[in-house]
Amino acid sequence: MEDRSIDREWKKGSAELLLLSLLEAMPRHGYELGKLIEQRSQGALRFHAASLYPLLYRLEKRGWIQGRWVEKSGQRRRRYYRLTPQGRRVLASQRQGWQAFVEAINRITGVENA
Amino acid sequence: MPDWNEQIRQQLGILNLKPAREAEIVEELAQHAEDRYRELRGGGVAEAEARRIALDETGGHQLPARELRAIERTVAPDRGRFLAGLAQDLRYGFRTLRKNPGFTAVAMLALALGIGANTAVFSVVNGVLLRPLAYPDPSRLTMISETTPEFSQMSVAYPNFLDWRRESRSFTDIGAARNDDFNFTGTGQPEHLSGEYVSASLFPVLGVTPFMGRGFLPEEDRQGAPCAIVIGYAFWKVRLGADPNILGKHLTLNAMSCAVAGVLSSDFRFSESAQVYVPIEQYTSVELRTREAHPGISVIGRLKPGVTIKTAQAEIASISSVLARQYPKTNAGHGARLVPMKDDMVGYIQSTLLLLVGAVGFVLIIACANVANLLLARSTARRREFAIRTALGADRGRIVRQLLTESVLLSLGAAAIGLLLARWGARLVLAAAPDSLPRSAEIGIDPYVLLFTLVVSIVTSILFGLAPALRGANANPQESLKEGTRGAGGGRHRAESVFVTVEIGLAVILLAGAGLMMQSVWRLLQVDPGFNTRNILTMGTALSPKAMANPPAIRLAFEQMLGRVAAIPGVQSVALTSMVPLAGNDSEIAFWRGTGPQPPQDQTMSAMFSVVTPDYLRAMQIPLQRGRFFTDRDRLESPPVVVIDEVLARHISPGQDPVGRQFSLMALGTVRIVGVAGHVKYWGLDSDDAAKIRDQIYFPFLQVPDKFMSAGVASLTLLLRTGPEPLSMLSAVRAQVAGPTQDQPIYAVRTMEQTVSGSLAERRFTMLVLIVFAATALLLAAVGIYGVMSYAVTRRTHELGIRVALGSSGGEIVGLVLRQGMRLTAIGLAGGLVAARALTRLMAGLLYGVRPADPSTLAAVALLLGAIALLACYIPARRATAVDPAVALRCE
Repeated sequence: MEDRSIDREWKKGSAELLLLSLLEAMPRHGYELGKLIEQRSQGALRFHAASLYPLLYRLEKRGWIQGRWVEKSGQRRRRYYRLTPQGRRVLASQRQGWQAFVEAINRITGVENA
Repeated sequence: MPDWNEQIRQQLGILNLKPAREAEIVEELAQHAEDRYRELRGGGVAEAEARRIALDETGGHQLPARELRAIERTVAPDRGRFLAGLAQDLRYGFRTLRKNPGFTAVAMLALALGIGANTAVFSVVNGVLLRPLAYPDPSRLTMISETTPEFSQMSVAYPNFLDWRRESRSFTDIGAARNDDFNFTGTGQPEHLSGEYVSASLFPVLGVTPFMGRGFLPEEDRQGAPCAIVIGYAFWKVRLGADPNILGKHLTLNAMSCAVAGVLSSDFRFSESAQVYVPIEQYTSVELRTREAHPGISVIGRLKPGVTIKTAQAEIASISSVLARQYPKTNAGHGARLVPMKDDMVGYIQSTLLLLVGAVGFVLIIACANVANLLLARSTARRREFAIRTALGADRGRIVRQLLTESVLLSLGAAAIGLLLARWGARLVLAAAPDSLPRSAEIGIDPYVLLFTLVVSIVTSILFGLAPALRGANANPQESLKEGTRGAGGGRHRAESVFVTVEIGLAVILLAGAGLMMQSVWRLLQVDPGFNTRNILTMGTALSPKAMANPPAIRLAFEQMLGRVAAIPGVQSVALTSMVPLAGNDSEIAFWRGTGPQPPQDQTMSAMFSVVTPDYLRAMQIPLQRGRFFTDRDRLESPPVVVIDEVLARHISPGQDPVGRQFSLMALGTVRIVGVAGHVKYWGLDSDDAAKIRDQIYFPFLQVPDKFMSAGVASLTLLLRTGPEPLSMLSAVRAQVAGPTQDQPIYAVRTMEQTVSGSLAERRFTMLVLIVFAATALLLAAVGIYGVMSYAVTRRTHELGIRVALGSSGGEIVGLVLRQGMRLTAIGLAGGLVAARALTRLMAGLLYGVRPADPSTLAAVALLLGAIALLACYIPARRATAVDPAVALRCE
């Protein structure tokens, strides 16, 4: 790929899916989510707090995730988000939609290059 | 470790979320910032840089606050959000004000002065002009006076009152009152009481019932009825020891034994001074029985529901015209005039009070301009804060609202202090205006005053807060954040200059008003009243009941009293008079040329009429221009004589010597002129020249016919000229007046100088209040220009430093700063002088001997203000010369 920066629109469209996916296995806090996205995309995707938290709040408002304050000894308390059952259903359907979408794109862009 | 919470909170402050939710978000973002900071530090990033990055990413101007707000607001119901926002604004405002105690104190003090002065003046206006009278349904109470060609309002002849009462249908009833003095004896020391003769209908007309006992019965208000009285609350409480069994007890008034029928309640304020009320038919003078006399009777009617004052006016006027045809000698040309009772009481003071309202409004505007300047200066310091908020997505309206909330807080705090100042100020105002202010007992802080203060403080806060708030909201985030703490746009300084200019302009107007009043009062004090005001003592007196037996006894008793007082060492001359100049009472008599019978009233003339004893002219030092004054030989048995004043002399025998001529006086017959005296300004130092009746006639006391003697006694004033300070003679005079029976009191003791100054009371009151306002305005304006120039010097430290470094002398620097300050002053002065020329015209009625736009007054005002402004600029200018170039340049 020549340009490693992912377009803003792509990021916006996929961000919800990314967050929901990362929360599927276990509850995580905001900073951890940001770091994971950066690491797993090998730096291609980065969410600053400025866009990460509003997104989390919106998902929470929709009832897809739920935040909860967790205290661990010797640390400041952190807000951990976990997937709600509704979130799980949304994740499943989004994942399906995404895969369908990527396949469709691949069929158009990939055939020529293959 | 930086305090992330606080920094994040400041950035979010404008989001206006529910406090609990805000706290969560702040904590979460702070946690994030801290994590990021640790990570950066771990990666070897310098501390300051790490902090900047962490903050920038977490909050900074990248945080899409609008979005956050949109998300969070989907839940909060609108009103709750508004209230939460308000609570947040208030909390934030409190914090900001508390953080700057110096600023807060100065601003609050200036505002408290302005608001307090306004509240004080309003409490006076409210009590005097606005509050309805303290009677049931007061708008139906109407004063009815007689009118003549000379007088637009004259007291009523008692028979006319009886006819009005009988004939009119517009009123539920009509009452009459006449104030008089009573000699209260039989309980030790003789005492003088002030009281009112009233018709039995008066209390029902006013709608007043005594708090103990009852009012008068109609049969008690008949000639020859046993004397019943109603007493005032204060008299009952203080003088009679609140005797619970007072009803039915007898008090001796003017040697009559009167049974107490009732005690009025403490809030009854028909007459501020009356201690006793006596049925008017107990007033045995012939004055009461003739239509010729107008013995100070006021008439009050209560309109029937639905009847307008206009209808009633037409009705009374038509009754009066019937009376005029029926009794042409006394009533021809007489009409009637109806005025709402409140207007009658307070109408004359209205323009003065409104003038003060205007003046005190200016003081408030000046205070506002001062505070606005303070806020402007501070808003520069807060530019970064506003810029960050704007960057965070706060819109202009939101920042304006926050700043206005701060202004309102400031203003409300000032209002609380102002209320205290007002209570105290209103008391001062009252002390300055003891006699000239009607209804003064009703002045105080009531809910209307509180409401007024609240409204004024909120309007005020918008007045002084809006410009700085708009300026704050306009802060360009990029510019301000880059700019650092120094410089600011030129516009801000323009606003500051405008405010200072306005302050100076308004101060000019107030100073001009005060200056004109001072000149008027001073000029009035220079007016020659026609007699020598120094070392004269006047007092009321009453004869012993034993001396009142018959007219010859009365004459004798007074002659003896004069003899005793004249013998006191230090008394140069002593006299009795029925009328003291400038004291506010007057007495007129109708006269006509020749010795024929009385023509109809509209063909007679009127003159001021004084009954005096022979030493009057000498005691007053009124010049005798021709002929002689009275002697002890002018008695009842000798031909009646008069002395006239120079005005009447010119009037009835122009170009000729009037001495020896005869003319006729109503009820007294033909009299011969024996002398001409100088004119005395009875009506007042200012108003006498314009009075309709200026002719004066003196009549000898010893020639007063028997039938008028007992009525005239109460109105006589004892007047003496002393060598030593007049008040020092008081105890000797009291002892000699008391006489062998020790039951003749003196009261209402005044020096003539007090009377003269009392006649100027309204003007002096206006002058005093205007001086206080003008001084406040001057102080505030001086502080204002000082503040602006100090700030200008601080702002220009850098520039001044360069100038000093380049070799400017101290004088040049001072000149530079002074020029800037004096330019503002000059503009303010010019504007103020133009406005003062126009506005002082409104006070033309209060001025004497000086024109509203008097050039010398305006010049003096300009000079005074200019000098004070120069001083106020000079102090910062001096400081500017102390600028050390090295320090100035480094401080960049």
